[in-house]
Order: sequence, then structure tokens, then C-alpha cells
Amino acid sequence: MTILAHTQSQFRFQGRSFLAFVIFPTAPIGRWLNDLEKWVNESPGFFAEKPLMVDFSKVSPERDEFNSLLAYFQSNKFRLIAVENIDPAWLPRDLLPLPGGRHRQEIEAAKKQSPISGNANSHGRGTVNSLMLNSPVRSGQEIFFPAGDISVTGSVASGAEIISGGSIHVYGALRGRAIAGSDGNEKARIFCSSLEAELVSIAGFYKSAPDIDPDLFGRPVQIWLQDNLILLKAME
Amino acid sequence: MAEKKPATTVVVTSGKGGVGKTTSTAAIGAALAMEGQRVVVVDFDIGLRNLDLMLGAERRVVYDLINVIQGTANLSQALIRDKKLHGLHLLAASQTRDKNALTEKGVAMIMGELRSRFDWVICDSPAGIERGAVMAMKHADAAIIIANPEISSVRDSDRIIGLLDAKTERGKRGQEMEKHLLITRYDTARTKTGEMLGIDDIADILSIPVLGVVPESNKVLNASNLGTPITMADRDSPPARAYGAAAKRLCGQDIPLEIPAGRKPFFANWFGGRAA
Ligand SMILES: Nc1ncnc2c1ncn2[C@@H]1O[C@H](COP(=O)(O)OP(=O)(O)OP(=O)(O)O)[C@@H](O)[C@H]1O
Ligand SMILES: [Mg+2]
Repeated sequence: MTILAHTQSQFRFQGRSFLAFVIFPTAPIGRWLNDLEKWVNESPGFFAEKPLMVDFSKVSPERDEFNSLLAYFQSNKFRLIAVENIDPAWLPRDLLPLPGGRHRQEIEAAKKQSPISGNANSHGRGTVNSLMLNSPVRSGQEIFFPAGDISVTGSVASGAEIISGGSIHVYGALRGRAIAGSDGNEKARIFCSSLEAELVSIAGFYKSAPDIDPDLFGRPVQIWLQDNLILLKAME
Repeated sequence: MAEKKPATTVVVTSGKGGVGKTTSTAAIGAALAMEGQRVVVVDFDIGLRNLDLMLGAERRVVYDLINVIQGTANLSQALIRDKKLHGLHLLAASQTRDKNALTEKGVAMIMGELRSRFDWVICDSPAGIERGAVMAMKHADAAIIIANPEISSVRDSDRIIGLLDAKTERGKRGQEMEKHLLITRYDTARTKTGEMLGIDDIADILSIPVLGVVPESNKVLNASNLGTPITMADRDSPPARAYGAAAKRLCGQDIPLEIPAGRKPFFANWFGGRAA
């Protein structure tokens, strides 16, 4: 009867989904790289810890140009997991495009078909998805909730990061990074009762502390995206 | 005979190094013992032990925490009684081993045993967020978070507060850990010039109740050179009084918070937001 027991395989695995950032190099590539470098220097470690995909759909580099870009992305500033929209023959095996994954463009296309879908949750289940955090988000903590809005009743510390598929509401001070609309929802907004953020981002567009109007510092602020620009307004 | 109530286990932690964890462990441990409590202070700073020096016991360390974990000594052999203060005991760290010798099982066993023997088990955490710091906090019921009035220290404390719920047995059971903020090396002059953060700012950023504010004072260094906790060496000095009051608050006594040197009174909110 031991044979029977053996048919029950001991081999197990678990699926795990996580957020990968996709960046799209654009021409002129030199300027794009400069902007990227600036971002990386202002937010050291931001990309270092997150899986990154590079999508070449917006440029068509020569092979040697591609190779030097690849070397750059394989440096320790990044954790490159895949490269897309490039001749697969140019790629080392471990960087082949990953099958599946929801793409930002697809989401945009879907939104154009149904412009009133607004802030509804991306699963279309008709339930409102939101995550409520009743304790402060501490430095070094990372909250990731792609399914909907995040509300924090306390503060978000410097060095903490909240990533939401929808909007972000912080009823205390926002001192860390808030990334709303993480999979491309341009309707997402960020609200906080005291803006002291290191970085705010909506649908991939961002503003980091040095670019934020110092007059808004410490005030209750609403943040949204309009014509690919991050706009901030005091709520007093 | 009545069963002794198990000890309250307190971790003294900060994230950042050199902010006054070991000084505070010794001072509060001594202050509690002076109140008649049975206290053991445990040094978790494996490889960089200091607590024995602060208690003037460095020559009396024969066995240490790691010896007990590895079974080369039993707990009674490793516990060092303080010569000057009845009720105060030390469990020293090993100076020669590394922190990997702190096994989960060994630490759990020792903490369990200490808990049944004492009223207070106070664990001096190493700096950082690595194994040693995690082991020191693992079995705590309460935490004293030490912060200096500067931004890097406050941020590191914030990081540690986050770990207190994630990495401790209490946190894993879904119970909230009691957290107390102890601000040390507070310098009124440098706060006034804006060079250092004010108490309200620190309390606001960390949003946990304030247990005490210990002023910067060279009497602290003098006491540690003598190998005597400041609360015994110089009882009436401002830092000793601040530590003494903090120890009383830790025991649940309601004592208004004193802010070093003539400023407007600060309305503290320890133990859940009461104006002093
Ligand atoms: N209130 C104070 N006034 C002046 N000096 C102080 C005060 N508190 C601590 N110090 C000094 O700061 C230094 C560091 O203190 P201590 O060793 O207690 O810090 P620590 O947090 O345990 O450090 P480590 O992270 O290295 O373990 C010591 O020289 C100590 O004398
Ligand atoms: Mg120390």
C-alpha cells in the first residue's frame, strides 16, 4: 500500500503575484536616460528593490545600443526581470519576455471604451475594494494594494511607501511616498491632511519633494493628474 | 506559597546606534530595583557587550547568555548579582561569539526562565535591525524606544516601531505591544536654535506616548566611567530624576512629565492622552 501513499506527491508550489514596474525608453534616448538617472538619484533604492521590466515598444535601438542599455539595466541600481518588444535573439535566456501580466496600455484602451468606469475597481466584481489601515505606516514599511483605494487613519512616515491601484487617503501627515493608480488609473487621487511627502505619483507620473511647491508643505492637499501633469491644491 | 506573577519583559531599542540604549537600560533597571523590584538586565549586544561596564561588573562575568544557550552553564551560574543594589541582576552578552549563536529556541528558553524568576526582564538591544535586535525584542511585552532629538534617530526609531509589531511573538499573536518613547540627550539650547527637534515634533512623528525626556549631561558619562548607573551614582542629577520618573511611569504611576530647563509646560500624552 505504500505505492498508493506515494501517488500523493510531496511536491508543492505556490503562486505569488507581485507588482513589476515597466519602463518605456523613449527617444532621444540620452535625455530619457538623464531623466531616469535623476529619478534614481532622488529616490535611491526605489528601483533596486522592485522587479523591473523594460519595454522597447517606443524606440528601436541598434543591437550595440541595446547591449549598452541592457548592461545599464543589469547594474545593481535595478532588478531587471524581463525585456519586451525587442528581437528575442538579442536577449539572454533569463530576460525573455514574461507571458501574461496586465499591461498599462491595455488598461488605457479599456478605459477609452468605457469612459464612465471612473474609479470602479479593476476586477469589475461590483464591490468597492479598499484597504483601511488604522495604525501609522512606519518607516521601511511598504503597503501594496493593487485592487483599490488605501486609507490610512494615521501618518505615513518618511521612508514608508504606499502603493495603491486606486486613490490614497492619509488622514495624518504624508511624509513618505504615495503611489496611486499604480497600474495606470489616471483618475486616482491622493489626499492627505499634511503634505510632507518624499514623493507622490499617479499612474506613473510623479513629483518628488524638490519639485513640490514649498508653500504647500504641511498643509492639507489634494493631488490629481490632468493632461499628464501632477497637480496639487491645498484643501483649506 | 503563592506563585510569583510572571515578569514584564521590556526591550530597550532604537534602530540607530549610540543613542543611549545601554545607559537607559542600566539606569531604568537600577531605578526599578531601588523601588524594591527584582530586576534582571540582559545584554543582547553579542560581540559588543557594554552593559557589564555600565554596572561595573566586567570582571565578574564568567558565564554569559550564549553559554546558557549552548548549555555550558546554567542560568543561575550566569546571573550576576549587583554588589551595590539588592534586587538588580545582570545577564551579560558574549564578547567572543557572534550573533548567530542567539538561536530562537535558546532565547525562548532563557526568556521563559527569567520571566518566572524576576519582576522585570529588561533587554538591551544592539543597534540595527538585524538578528540581535530582533532576538532582543522577540519576547517583549513592552518596548522602550530610545530616540535622540535628531531626524536620523527619529526615523530609525520609526522603523523599529514598525518591526515591533511584525517580528515579536506578541505581534504574531495579534496583541499590541506597549510602546514608550524615551527621548535622551535632550539639549534645550540646541532645540531653541532649531538645531534639534522639539519634543512635540518627535512625539508627533512617532505617535507613541512619551515615557520621559532625559537631558544631555556629562554626569551620564561620569557615572558610566564609575561603573554605576546614573540613577544610583548621582540620584538628584537631572538625568537621574528623569530616569527615575520614567521607571515610575513604566510601573503605571501617573507622574507629570518634566521637560528639562524652564520652558513652557508640555502636555504629555503618555498612557493614552491625558493632559498633565
Ligand atoms: N543623557 C546623556 N547625556 C550625555 N551623554 C549621554 C547621555 N546618554 C548617553 N550618553 C552617552 O552616549 C554614548 C552612547 O550611549 P550608549 O552606549 O548608552 O548608547 P547605545 O544606544 O547603547 O549604543 P550602541 O548602539 O552602540 O549600543 C555614551 O558615551 C554615553 O555616555
Ligand atoms: Mg549599547
